[in-house]
Amino acid sequence: MQSLQLSMQLARSLFVNTHRSMKKRKALIDEKDNSNWRERKSKLFFGTVVVLSALTISPILLIVYELLAKGLKQINFDFFLKVAPDTLQAMTAVRNGEIIPGGIANGITGTLLMVVVASVIAIPISLLIGIFLYENQGKKYASLIRSLTDILQGVPSVVLGLIAYIWIVQGVTKGFSALAGSVALAIMMLPLIIRSTEETMKMIPISIKEAGAALGVPYHKIILKVMIPSGFSGLMTGILLSISRVLGETAPLMLTTLGSTTVNFNITKPTSAVPLQIWEFYNNPNMIDLVWSSSLFLMAFVLTLNIIAKRISMKFS
Amino acid sequence: MNDKILQISNPVLSIIDLSISYGEDKYAVKNVSADVKRNAITAIMGPSGCGKSTLLRAINRMHELYPNIHTKGEIKLNEESIYDMSTTKLRRKIGMVFQRPNPFPTMSIYENVIAGYSLNGSKLKKSEKDEIVESSLTDVGLLDEVKDSLNKKGNFLSGGQQQRLCIARTLAFKPDVILMDEPTSALDPLSTAKIEDLLVELKAHYSIILVTHNMSQAARISDNAMFMYLGELVEYDKTKKMFTNPKDSRTEGYLTGKFG
Amino acid sequence: MIKGAIPAFKEFGIFGFIFSTDWNPTEGKESYGAMPFIAGTVITSLLALIICFPLAFSTSLFISEYYRKTRIANILSTLVDLLAGVPSIVYGLWGFYTIRPLIAELGYSGQGYGIFTSALILAIMIIPYATSISNEIISMVPTELKEAAYSLGATRMEVIFSVILPSARSGLVAGYILALGRALGETMAVTMLIGNANVIPTGLFSPGNTMASVIANQFGEADGLKLSSLIAIGLLLFAVTAIVNAIGKVIIRKYA
Repeated sequence: MQSLQLSMQLARSLFVNTHRSMKKRKALIDEKDNSNWRERKSKLFFGTVVVLSALTISPILLIVYELLAKGLKQINFDFFLKVAPDTLQAMTAVRNGEIIPGGIANGITGTLLMVVVASVIAIPISLLIGIFLYENQGKKYASLIRSLTDILQGVPSVVLGLIAYIWIVQGVTKGFSALAGSVALAIMMLPLIIRSTEETMKMIPISIKEAGAALGVPYHKIILKVMIPSGFSGLMTGILLSISRVLGETAPLMLTTLGSTTVNFNITKPTSAVPLQIWEFYNNPNMIDLVWSSSLFLMAFVLTLNIIAKRISMKFS
Repeated sequence: MNDKILQISNPVLSIIDLSISYGEDKYAVKNVSADVKRNAITAIMGPSGCGKSTLLRAINRMHELYPNIHTKGEIKLNEESIYDMSTTKLRRKIGMVFQRPNPFPTMSIYENVIAGYSLNGSKLKKSEKDEIVESSLTDVGLLDEVKDSLNKKGNFLSGGQQQRLCIARTLAFKPDVILMDEPTSALDPLSTAKIEDLLVELKAHYSIILVTHNMSQAARISDNAMFMYLGELVEYDKTKKMFTNPKDSRTEGYLTGKFG
Repeated sequence: MIKGAIPAFKEFGIFGFIFSTDWNPTEGKESYGAMPFIAGTVITSLLALIICFPLAFSTSLFISEYYRKTRIANILSTLVDLLAGVPSIVYGLWGFYTIRPLIAELGYSGQGYGIFTSALILAIMIIPYATSISNEIISMVPTELKEAAYSLGATRMEVIFSVILPSARSGLVAGYILALGRALGETMAVTMLIGNANVIPTGLFSPGNTMASVIANQFGEADGLKLSSLIAIGLLLFAVTAIVNAIGKVIIRKYA
């Protein structure tokens, strides 16, 4: 009986209290109503976001425009076939208001040479490491390797150039060489390909691997003949992306292959490369026009590779 | 159709010919009209996909966050159209509790309860804030359980407690209407019972609209019930009447478990 | 692998005068110190991060919050990715021929070289990295939390600052730290714009050098002592970038 009365009292006081505070609270929030101002603030913020976003993408548009405007006039067949002109030739051409003769053939061949060598070095190693990481997901030494790979990815390209300098230029070829350049590029490609290989492998359904094993296929054959073909597009994407990344690298090449004025296929000798040539043109006041066309070419190539890689990865997933 | 729809005098909320579509012509809610009784619990029931949550979320204009949802029709809160007021004002008068408890994880329990005010930029004195927090937590029966940990973040609370915290957060505004979207479907039976008791207490001061896929819950605690099917409001009546004597065959089919 | 290079660094270091222990802010002919370059690197990278932040943050909000999953967000996202594909030397060229004259014209610096110019280009270069990580983090904030805030009457901006930001805070910090790591090591663009002065920069628009750019600028005719100092600077740069990147990755792993 008492408890009933008690709870009724409690309920009554609760009710009264709530009711009282209900009235008071309504007054509070309505008095201090500033929702119009807040809405306006929100809209203003939104406007700022839009403006800043537009500002953010403006550089890419400006750069492309600039390259096209200034670079197109220098592009002709010679561009791809002839070697860079010497200063005298360039100076005469500029004075006469003509297109500078010659092209960047030495750069193109040099870049091709070094990228191919770098790929030959990097791709097998990274594929193997990537597969190793995939097969040993939880193990301790696997995580160690993975962390090292991550660190490697963060290393600036100059530093890699220095390392290649020490190992190859001083150590192996006793002089600047394409090999050193390739090694620097290869080290840059490693983390990218390793990571994309591991990710691609992880995405292949495990049933395929098991089907191979159930048929009594030995391990290395499963990898070669079953897994890699299944993950081919993913792997290709990784490889293409890493190539496109190293194509534009200048600093490490400055420290390793130095550049050359002729087309050169000997990897123990200094070689040219497209970004290096751009740097040379930049430093030479007579070759300025060539700067734009070579940059245009370089960017077009890099972008094309990127687009191809994206297409492949989209078709894949 | 009119005899299947409850007539109410001095309703707290009036829904007038409301239709909601996704894209141009996929209608989730078709021409619904209903009045909601003051200080009562009104349940909205129906099988999955009948449009009950969509209907509920139109009442506090949540659909405006999603551009491909189109709403037609009118809703009035105490005779004032909800489209005539700003959403910030509206959502202070109509609160919402969601299916999964969603207290703000980076805020303490205290901050969570008062979150409505702080988010709205209200500057209240500490004593005012304390009072609001205390009374809201008392109203949901949580104060004793958390009064020593008000400044801790709420992630140690059980699901049922978290949900009660979310209800307290809504109560802090003393809204006219509380919308509840299957508030207990993610909770265990014990917590569910506690919250159902809480709702029955709360209806003395608030008008509650409760979407539920659990018929027995509707039968247990609601005063009036709407039955929706394929986007239409099929029947709306006092709960007891509807459960014992449904007027529409579809309602009967649902209640007897023939579908849904 | 990398460990192979370190003995070389250390060897030279012991020969040389003032390397890993003693960094003097001097750069005469015979005594080399790394201080000016450390200062240059730190200042340009931090400045770049500051400039990059509002731009990258707005763009992320645009893509993952305001216009999430719409076509224009996709276009914007692709354009930002393109920014990452531009080779650094092209950035340097563009900065040299376009931005630098602008700065010179505005009267801030004689020729337009300097800390600010390089920081500006750096900022543009690191935007895609910061944006892509921010995008992911922001879209990971659960919808329910946002809806809870809206249902309490918050405006869009309030939801962003009171719900999305606190939830995403650690991820965003990690993203910007990683962007910083990228800025620290950037060579070519900075080399072309910083003015190649081997002193601690005195003002916002004065020339200087960073660890990366001094290596690029002076490697050509360096030998003996100078060479070893440059290599030592390379080692330092490596250490700094490794640490910054590691911190960023740890934060991301802890968070996600």
